[in-house]
Amino acid sequence: MSGLVLNGITKRFGGLTAVDTVTFTVEPGEVFALVGPNGAGKSTVFNVISRFYTPEEGTASFDGEDLLAHPAHDIAGLGIARTFQNIELFEQATVLQNLLVGRHRHRKTNVLSDLFHLPSVRRDERAHRAAVEDVIDFLDLQPHRDRPIAGLPYGVRKVVELGRALATQPRLLLLDEPASGLSVEETQDMAFWIEDIAKQMGITVLMVEHDMGLVSAVANRVMALADGRELATGTAAEVQSHPAVIEAYLGTGNVRKVAG
Amino acid sequence: MRTLFKTNYDTDIDWFSHPAKLGWYLVLLAAFLALPLYFFWQNDTYLLGEVTSVFIFAIAGLGLMMLTGQTGLASLGHAAFMAIGCYANVLLLNAGVPWLIAFPLAGLIAGALGTFIAMPVMRLHGVYLALATLALSVLMVDFIVLGEDFTGGVAGISVPDISLFGFTVNRYANPYAFYYVVLGVCLITVAFYRNIVRSPTGRSFAAIRDSEISARAMGVDPAKTKALAFFLSCSIAGLAGALFGHNATYVTHETFDIVMSITLLLMIVIGGLGTIHGAFLGAIVVGLIPVIIANARTWLSTSFDITGNIPGIEQAIFAAILIGFILFEPMGLYGRWMKIRTWFDLFPFYRKGLFARQKSYLKTERVQ
Repeated sequence: MSGLVLNGITKRFGGLTAVDTVTFTVEPGEVFALVGPNGAGKSTVFNVISRFYTPEEGTASFDGEDLLAHPAHDIAGLGIARTFQNIELFEQATVLQNLLVGRHRHRKTNVLSDLFHLPSVRRDERAHRAAVEDVIDFLDLQPHRDRPIAGLPYGVRKVVELGRALATQPRLLLLDEPASGLSVEETQDMAFWIEDIAKQMGITVLMVEHDMGLVSAVANRVMALADGRELATGTAAEVQSHPAVIEAYLGTGNVRKVAG
Repeated sequence: MRTLFKTNYDTDIDWFSHPAKLGWYLVLLAAFLALPLYFFWQNDTYLLGEVTSVFIFAIAGLGLMMLTGQTGLASLGHAAFMAIGCYANVLLLNAGVPWLIAFPLAGLIAGALGTFIAMPVMRLHGVYLALATLALSVLMVDFIVLGEDFTGGVAGISVPDISLFGFTVNRYANPYAFYYVVLGVCLITVAFYRNIVRSPTGRSFAAIRDSEISARAMGVDPAKTKALAFFLSCSIAGLAGALFGHNATYVTHETFDIVMSITLLLMIVIGGLGTIHGAFLGAIVVGLIPVIIANARTWLSTSFDITGNIPGIEQAIFAAILIGFILFEPMGLYGRWMKIRTWFDLFPFYRKGLFARQKSYLKTERVQ
C-alpha cells in the first residue's frame, strides 16, 4: 500500500487517551491537514509517525514499510521529514550547517574517511552543498546563509526549519503548525511554498494547522480531531461546516443558535 | 575590514577560508618551531618544559572539547581516560612495542575502554552525566591502586623513554626533542579535530548538542553518535595522558586525580567552549597561572617581606577566574578575542549589544 496509512492508532498517557483509534490514509502527492482544538491529539499523531511515541494499539506504514518496526532515527531514512511546533533548530550552528544536517540521511562517508578528509568526503560535501543551495534558492534564505540561528527572527527560523526538512529530500513532509506565529505576508509565502512543494516537487504533505485560511488554500483533504477522536474528514469547506466540528470548537449551545 | 567573496563551495570546506588566514597560522607555526631556539639561547629548559606541558594540556583539552564543546556532554572524569592512555602506553613500551606503534595504540585503547566504561552513563544529560563521570574519575584511582601488578599502584611506575627513529627522547636529557614530539602530536590532533568538525560526523555531534530530538528526526542515531564522540574524545585524552606520562617520567595513583579532571573542564570553559582556539587559550591560562603565582610569591616575599606562602592560593585564584568567566564571558577567552576583533572590524560602529543574544543563550541553556 503506498502513501501513509494509519490504522486504529491509540496512544495513552496514563489515564488520558490522547489519540483514540485514529485511522486515515494520505495518498501520494496529496496535501492532508489535521485540524482541531488544542489538545485534540494532532501533535501526538505526528509524534507517533516520527516514532517519538509508540502507540498502544494500531498500525502505521509508509509506502508499505511498517513504521512501528523502526526507531525514531530511521524515519528520516524512510523518506519522512518533519518540522516542530516549537522550532527545534541547532541554535549554535549557522543556517547552512542546519540545512546540511538535513543531508545526514544521504551521507555515504564514515568517521574514518571524515577523519582523514579523503577525496570522497570533499566530493560528497560539494554535492550536499549543491543540494542545500537548491533549498536556499527555493526558500530565499540567501541573506541568512552564514548567520547563526541564535540571532535570527522567528519568521526566518520557521523557514529554516522547513528548509532543513526539505534538505533531506523527503517523500513525505510533516509540518507541525507551519504558520503559527507568522505574519499575514509570511503565512502567504508559506502557503505558496507548500503548494510548490506538493505540486512541483511531488512531495506528500501532512500538516497540523490552526489557520483555516492556510488550510483551505493548500489542503486537498482535511481531518478534524477532537479529544483524540476523528470528527470529520473531507474538503476544508465540508469539514468547517460539519456540525460535529462546529460543536467541538464552539460548544452545543452555539450550534442551536447557528442552526436555529 | 576584509570582505570575503566566496566563489566556490570549497571556501567553506577548506581549513583556511582565505590565504591571509593561512599566512597567519604559518607565522604562528614558525614561531612555535623557532621557540626552542630562544630557550636554547637563554638556556632556560624550565620554561621550555612549561610550554611543553601547556601543549600536552591543550591536547587533553581538545579531547574534552570534542565531547563537551562539540557534542555537549560534560565530563568530569577525563583524567581517568588520560590515565588509561598513560598506563596503556607504559605497559606496551615495557612489553617491547616500539613507541610509534605503542603511542597511537594507547590512544585507541583509551578510546575503546573509555567508551565501554562510559556506555552506561551516556544516556544521562548535563549535571547528571558530569556526576557520573566524576565517579568514574574516583573509581579509576582505586583501580590503579588495585591493579598494582600492572600499574605499580601506590608506589608508582616509571615511564620509559620515547625511542623514535633510533633516537631516545627523554624529557630531561633532551627537552628540545621532546618539545618537537609534543608539538607534532598536537598538530596531528588539531588536523584530525578540524577534519571531524567540518565533516558530517562533526555536524551530527553539533546536532546532538543543540537539539537531540530534531537530530533524531534528521536521522542521527543519538546512542551511536554519543558513543563515537566518547571514543574520539577518550582517544585524544589517552594520547595526552601518554605524553603526560612521558613528561612526568614517573606516575602514581595520584597523578591523574579529580583535580586534573576539574582543571581540564575549567580550561576549556575559560578558553571558550566549542573552539580549537579555546583549548589552547585555556591551556595557556591554566599552565601559566601557577608560574605567575610562583613568581608573584617570590616577588612579594623579596620586595615587601611578605611571606607569600598562603596554602591553596592557586586553587582559590583558579576558582575566582572560573566564576568570573561564567558570569561575564561565557564564550571564554576566544569569545572575548572575537569581540575585540569585531570591534576593530566594525570600528566605529561596534555597539555593546552585538553579542547579547548569544550571551544570554549561553547563560541560560548552555550548561543544561
